[in-house]
Amino acid sequence: MAAVGMTMSLKSSTALKGDFLGAALKQTVAAPKAANVAFAVRAAGYDEELVKTANSIASKGKGILAMDESNATCGKRLESIGLENTEANRQAYRQLLVTTPGLGDYISGAILFEETLYQSTTDGRTMVDCLNANGIIPGIKVDKGLVPLTGSNNESWCQGLDGLASRTAAYYKQGARFAKWRTVVSIPNGPSELAVTEAAWGLARYASICQDNGLAPIVEPEILLDGDHGIDRTLEVASKVWSKVFYFLAENNVLFEGILLKPSMVTPGAECKERATPEQVAQYTLNMLKRRVPPAVPGIMFLSGGQSEVEATLNLNAMNQSPNPWHVSFSYARALQNSVLKTWKGQPENVEAAQRALLVRAKANSLAQLGKYSAEGEAEEAKQGMFVKGYTY
Amino acid sequence: MAPYSGKYAEELQATAKYVATPGKGILAADESTGTIGKRLSSIKVENVEANRQALRELLFTTPGVGEYLSGVILFEETLYQKTSDGKPFVDVMKENGIIPGIKVDKGTIELWGTNGETTTQGFDDLHKRCAAYYNAGARFAKWRAVLKIGALEPTELAIQQNAQGLARYAIICQENGLVPIVEPEILVDGLHSIEKCAEVTEKVLAACYKALNDQNVLLEGTLLKPNMVTPGSDAEKVSPEVVAQYTVRTLQRTVPPAVPGIVFLSGGQSEEEATRNLNAMNALKTTKPWTLSFSFGRALQATVLKTWGGKKENVKAAQDALHVRAKANSEATLGTYGGSSTGEGTESLHVKNYVY
Repeated sequence: MAAVGMTMSLKSSTALKGDFLGAALKQTVAAPKAANVAFAVRAAGYDEELVKTANSIASKGKGILAMDESNATCGKRLESIGLENTEANRQAYRQLLVTTPGLGDYISGAILFEETLYQSTTDGRTMVDCLNANGIIPGIKVDKGLVPLTGSNNESWCQGLDGLASRTAAYYKQGARFAKWRTVVSIPNGPSELAVTEAAWGLARYASICQDNGLAPIVEPEILLDGDHGIDRTLEVASKVWSKVFYFLAENNVLFEGILLKPSMVTPGAECKERATPEQVAQYTLNMLKRRVPPAVPGIMFLSGGQSEVEATLNLNAMNQSPNPWHVSFSYARALQNSVLKTWKGQPENVEAAQRALLVRAKANSLAQLGKYSAEGEAEEAKQGMFVKGYTY
Repeated sequence: MAPYSGKYAEELQATAKYVATPGKGILAADESTGTIGKRLSSIKVENVEANRQALRELLFTTPGVGEYLSGVILFEETLYQKTSDGKPFVDVMKENGIIPGIKVDKGTIELWGTNGETTTQGFDDLHKRCAAYYNAGARFAKWRAVLKIGALEPTELAIQQNAQGLARYAIICQENGLVPIVEPEILVDGLHSIEKCAEVTEKVLAACYKALNDQNVLLEGTLLKPNMVTPGSDAEKVSPEVVAQYTVRTLQRTVPPAVPGIVFLSGGQSEEEATRNLNAMNALKTTKPWTLSFSFGRALQATVLKTWGGKKENVKAAQDALHVRAKANSEATLGTYGGSSTGEGTESLHVKNYVY
């Protein structure tokens, strides 16, 4: 019988090099005398930094600003306020966001699109420097989008593993310290076993490669809101997806203390007649997470997925009414930016007001993370749902 | 993929929560007839029913032991036995706030093509047996899966077989009102380091929870009985603080918060060692959403047996010995154990290639 599967800890490059069969026969005898437990050799060289990054992002009262819209998606945002999708306009908009004074009080990390990671503001500072000056850790979207999954029930899978090692190394050099990869699962389309397995395995491979290159991976299997299914069905699917995700993450020797999760909340489908209160969403979501997420994971940063700004904040608040074994927070895009865009409208004279609007939403979600949010005084605008059927990122 | 939500769902959760009460733990007294024979022969006592009954009576009628024990695991024979004045053991326990549990597996057999790895038997009529045990007063069950660390072990085959077996056993228990204790014991035998033990334990526990999820087991109505993470029996020992750090880290990486309690097996550690290790874990300031307690066999009974020696006149002294160890372990679950004052209980109880 071949001596396969010998060295079980494979994350260190030193363990991978050199004799394979020889190593099998060596028995480690000495046990460490030091009381301090170094993390097992999993993420080559970066383990301490990964843990530090993940814990910084998962700080009390803070969450993530997701501003990693691809150029095409950013174009839709700009179009909605009558702006052309040019680099200058994308730069102007992202500059508005990253230079918001005091944003770091509520935001611990910002996810960028590749263009933005390499961009500067109009006064020559890099976007990365602006974020760091604000106490916000820069992150980077590393997936290459969704494509049709052959042999499935019209489902998608997420691309981006080819060359990921060198890309993540380059992003780290450029100043990114965490990454994000968004795959999706569709309830109306099944989901099929194939789609769920592919989603989970892709996330596990991505996470492993990121950690090898110093980026703390955000693990995001979004269960789309589309559909008329009830909350119990969402719970079933979410439970299955997360079970597979964690199993494959473990198989890939991912360091759990150095990741963050970005789940969708457990809610009824967008077209379901029966709605759920924030308390119900909180109960279902937390039950699911308690059954699936080991406490080694430092933070769970929810996506908003088309909920209105206020809905997303209320639901997050309901989840923080008692202590959780992991930081429970937000990683919102539309739910943080909607009012900002509408206030800015592309006019330089509106920048300050738009930045204030961002602070209002960021603070609201910060309070929700602390379980202290109240919806009194929220503008009607902020309560508008942002669900788009068949939404493609 | 909704977890078990049948008629016993509430009761299972309440039972599991109660067994996991901080300050309490489990006495594993479920030695099969063969195994208890070895214990008895070590103190020169004949392996007959009367003696088995006498030993168990000694244990269960120890005054005040209910303060430290939330459950006792029994062998089938014992579940139906009575005290010498005719009181069913299960009644004695219930009066003392101790929940009776029952061993339901039927031992291990080897897996062909492996180097002595095993799977656990006991599925035939398991539904019927669990229902009968529930009627007899049992409210939790236990099934021991065994894995070992070696040059090639544990193999994927052994891990999968044992994980699937545990999950199947677990759901059948829940359907019949018994809280399943999930026990994937990784034997301490070997030269391996504590890191190796941690790696293997993580891999095994990940496979177990995947299987439990796939079988729709209600995690809130289960308990976990793992090995502590330690160096192999032939490797250099480490301090309780190191055992604690590696063990808790391993559990943080694998055990979802929905599981109310983790009750460690002692696996051949001396009484004192097992208590100190458990104490160090509970003294650690880190995220622990489950309680950390004990389900000890040898580590609670070794001194008791020696003190008793099969003699009626030694019963009180033997019960005092049980009281001492039960109290020590109770303190260990709270992280307040100060150490043995008598130096007793430090003898290793490890038996190489131990067959239950």
